[in-house]
Amino acid sequence: MPRIVVDVMPKPEILDPQGKAIVGSLPRLGFTAFSGVRQGKRFELTVDGEVTDAVLAQAREAAETLLSNPVIEDVVNVEVVADRP
Amino acid sequence: MTETPLIGAVSSTATGTPLTGARIGVVTFPGTLDDRDAARAVRLAGATAVDLWHGDTSLGDVDAVVIPGGFSYGDYLRAGAIARFAPMMGQIIKAANSDARLPVLGICNGFQILTESHLLPGSMVKNDHLKFICREQVLRVENNTTAWTNQYAAGEQITIVLKNQDGQYVADEKTLDELEGEGRVAFRYVGWNPNGSRRDIAGITNAAGNVVGLMPHPEHAVEPGFGPDHTGTDGLGFFTSVLAHLVGGKK
Repeated sequence: MPRIVVDVMPKPEILDPQGKAIVGSLPRLGFTAFSGVRQGKRFELTVDGEVTDAVLAQAREAAETLLSNPVIEDVVNVEVVADRP
Repeated sequence: MTETPLIGAVSSTATGTPLTGARIGVVTFPGTLDDRDAARAVRLAGATAVDLWHGDTSLGDVDAVVIPGGFSYGDYLRAGAIARFAPMMGQIIKAANSDARLPVLGICNGFQILTESHLLPGSMVKNDHLKFICREQVLRVENNTTAWTNQYAAGEQITIVLKNQDGQYVADEKTLDELEGEGRVAFRYVGWNPNGSRRDIAGITNAAGNVVGLMPHPEHAVEPGFGPDHTGTDGLGFFTSVLAHLVGGKK
């Protein structure tokens, strides 16, 4: 069944405490190439049947109303991914 | 039903009962923790506590509503995000915005639900130090004209419990300036900022003053023997304030 992937990230101006904690622990494991980490969320919405424009529009609306909070987060990506083999 | 304090003299808690007939709803969601303490605080203030269930679609005849703390829906997605779409919240949002201006108090997770509902601006993200925190916290009452703060003096300092993980209040600069300019910062942290909240904001009000939200917990500081320092009843004023508001007296 096709899935619609929604990616949500904290807004650039919002401090991301989780990302800050992660970037602090990377060097301890020898990963020294990274100066910043921001942690977001990925949602996979499974669709029974075809992904029509109307279905995609619904996904976009759900992304803006429930999956993200526009005060602190941005929806950075909404895309259809192919069926799993 | 009159609540008998577990410790201390009865007369030392409820300071007169302006409106014993008042009915204050307390909402329970899956994962709510502090509904019973909130209901007890309502009774100690002299009113009747009414249980409201998240799935119900009627507010009944309540005169005000408390949305208590906890972890509604396990804080999944975002704190308060799923609770915001419960049928009961639809009723509360409508009543809070109506001409009747139903008084609504959101405590901790209740505050998070109110921001997710857009009844109050801004949002809460994880504490800047990433730790759950539980302590006695001094607050300054910045606005004593709301439905829930009118029994405090302006600038009064109160000590109540703070306990949360996602307590860092954030909003854009424009919103923060508006809140400050319109006197809508209701409470500020005093002494230190326990979670990185912008401008030390602990609680805010809407423009009409009927909707108030804060992260710390007044309902845990309403009777001698159990409040901060085991003496504190600094939180009782929230609940006596709404009773005074309902009878029309601001002070």
